Amino acid sequence: MTAAAERARQFLGPRQWTLKSFSIRYASQIGITTAFILVWLVFTVMAPETFLSSRIYVSYAQTVPYFGLIALPLTMLIVAGEIDLSFPSVFALGMVGYIAVEHTTHSITLGVLATLLMGAIAGFVNGFFVCVVAIPALVVTIGTQFLYRGLTLVLVNGKSYTLLETDGSIPGRLLTGRFLGLPMQFVWFVVLAVISWVLLFRHRLGQNAHVIGDNKQAAGLMGIPIMRTRMILFILTGVVAALAGMMNSFAVINFYPNQGGSTLLPALAAVFVGGTSVFGGRGTIWGTAVGAFLIGGIDAGAVAVGLKDFWTQVIYGAIVLGAVTTHALLQRRFAR
Amino acid sequence: MTAPVLELRHVAKSFGGVHALHDVSLQLGAGEVLGLVGDNGAGKSTLIKIITGYHRPDEGEIYFRGARIDDLTVTKARALGVETVYQERALADQQSLWRNIFMSRPLTRPGGFLKVAEMRRVTSELMREEMGFTSAILTPDTPVTGLSGGERQGLAIVRALHFEADLIILDEPTMGLSLSETEKCLDFVRGIRAAGKSAIFIDHNIFHIYSVADRIVMLDRGGIAAEFPTSRFTLEELTRIMREVAATGRFDEADRQGDAGGTA
Ligand SMILES: Nc1ncnc2c1ncn2[C@@H]1O[C@H](COP(=O)(O)OP(=O)(O)O)[C@@H](O)[C@H]1O
Repeated sequence: MTAAAERARQFLGPRQWTLKSFSIRYASQIGITTAFILVWLVFTVMAPETFLSSRIYVSYAQTVPYFGLIALPLTMLIVAGEIDLSFPSVFALGMVGYIAVEHTTHSITLGVLATLLMGAIAGFVNGFFVCVVAIPALVVTIGTQFLYRGLTLVLVNGKSYTLLETDGSIPGRLLTGRFLGLPMQFVWFVVLAVISWVLLFRHRLGQNAHVIGDNKQAAGLMGIPIMRTRMILFILTGVVAALAGMMNSFAVINFYPNQGGSTLLPALAAVFVGGTSVFGGRGTIWGTAVGAFLIGGIDAGAVAVGLKDFWTQVIYGAIVLGAVTTHALLQRRFAR
Repeated sequence: MTAPVLELRHVAKSFGGVHALHDVSLQLGAGEVLGLVGDNGAGKSTLIKIITGYHRPDEGEIYFRGARIDDLTVTKARALGVETVYQERALADQQSLWRNIFMSRPLTRPGGFLKVAEMRRVTSELMREEMGFTSAILTPDTPVTGLSGGERQGLAIVRALHFEADLIILDEPTMGLSLSETEKCLDFVRGIRAAGKSAIFIDHNIFHIYSVADRIVMLDRGGIAAEFPTSRFTLEELTRIMREVAATGRFDEADRQGDAGGTA
């Protein structure tokens, strides 16, 4: 074979997956999946009666999506080099739209749309301050986290609302019912994870997000729409945060203005445990999804194996640190 | 004769009181590589930024393929086929080769969905045929961090060529490259001419300019001090002329030829 033909074969032949090339390319996904399986095995061995029954998995599939859903667009936003810390407040603020619209129109569907619109507006405001006023996202979204929570409390006058009308309604069943025995929260999570993966890796939006997060100057020189891309990602994060808050309210048939406060750390932990780079330019949806269930499982698991409540925080911390350290080491080892 | 790809007529630009450029007229034909030389502050960057639409000239006219363009912007210049190869700065290091090749203009289906398989295929073709990447460990999925400096320049130049640019601007592409990598990079510049495209090549090193440019334009203090085909002089003569221009601010071919041995 001539040298040229040899080269042609190397480049044009079908991509040949060897075990080695596969494990290098998917190192962080393999890492997080292995960690997940290990943690699950430990819990199962220590508390078999809990972890071998289906009940825990059903509750798991209902509650993990509340923060796990938000972790999906958040991954894209972090890949683009931005951050959003306001989502726990948007989780509640969105429902203010529902309450206002449903109480005047008596249409749950319109209320649902109003919730999503509130989320979009909240995301737009974040994006406006970051992209147009040019203030770092960390600072902007700390500010709007307070602002949105404050607005929620002011608008509902600090009151909780019971949402009896949603119980058994079509929107209620779509968001919190069952499909083939699976909780709808989980179904939505899977659907949104697939959409996120497509957007991040198989769509122009994700292409732009990767380049902007990797090298913003290059993105500018090459004419990539930096402002529009980041704006879209902030709005997506806002919409999904409002959706998750609505799911949570519909599931417990109750809205309370402080809801969502506990989603902040688990959602961020899921993203970073999943191997997304804090510095932007690199992330995985698979990692975030597995990371969400890993983080979500610790609470239940630690209690089931008989650890005192406050040990869960220690385990959280250890897992987050262990995971990000492993990702950093893998990255250094395989980045040539 | 067809109209030149680019023509500048009496272009001037000043910043505050500083005359960065005055009365610059210039033509660039298809398949021509123009070497642009001059000291720091001579106005090279200003000239490039006018051509790429980044600066508006205060005076003068710009023509692309014979058509006068009055309100040139960066977007418009790109649409007219002007691509700039910025030293490495325009690559996204952690991303794969195919994402870099198709950085701002990915191949998409309706709705913005990427044709990844096709982009991988085109990238591996370009790697093989244009970049001469022979190492088996380099694939379209390799991140740019895996490339040497010369390979990065090659990637940036091939990217510009691939997008059907008619005029490629290279701003000191050899800066910071090793000897063998510089040679590779100069090969890429020669490839531009072979592809029938034009280029403006800025470099501080006269050896590099001499080995790739068809024509040399010397800028000095904002004006064109000299302009001639490379083939007319030997490298030694060229070096002498450069020194002369630097010292006197002008170069008169008739003078020099009457000079018969030349003074430094
Ligand atoms: N944006 C600017 N503002 C003010 N002065 C400038 C600006 N750009 C260039 N100049 C001046 O114009 C002159 C030409 O500069 P430049 O085009 O950068 O030269 P070169 O690229 O050949 O080194 C210099 O005197 C420089 O100080």
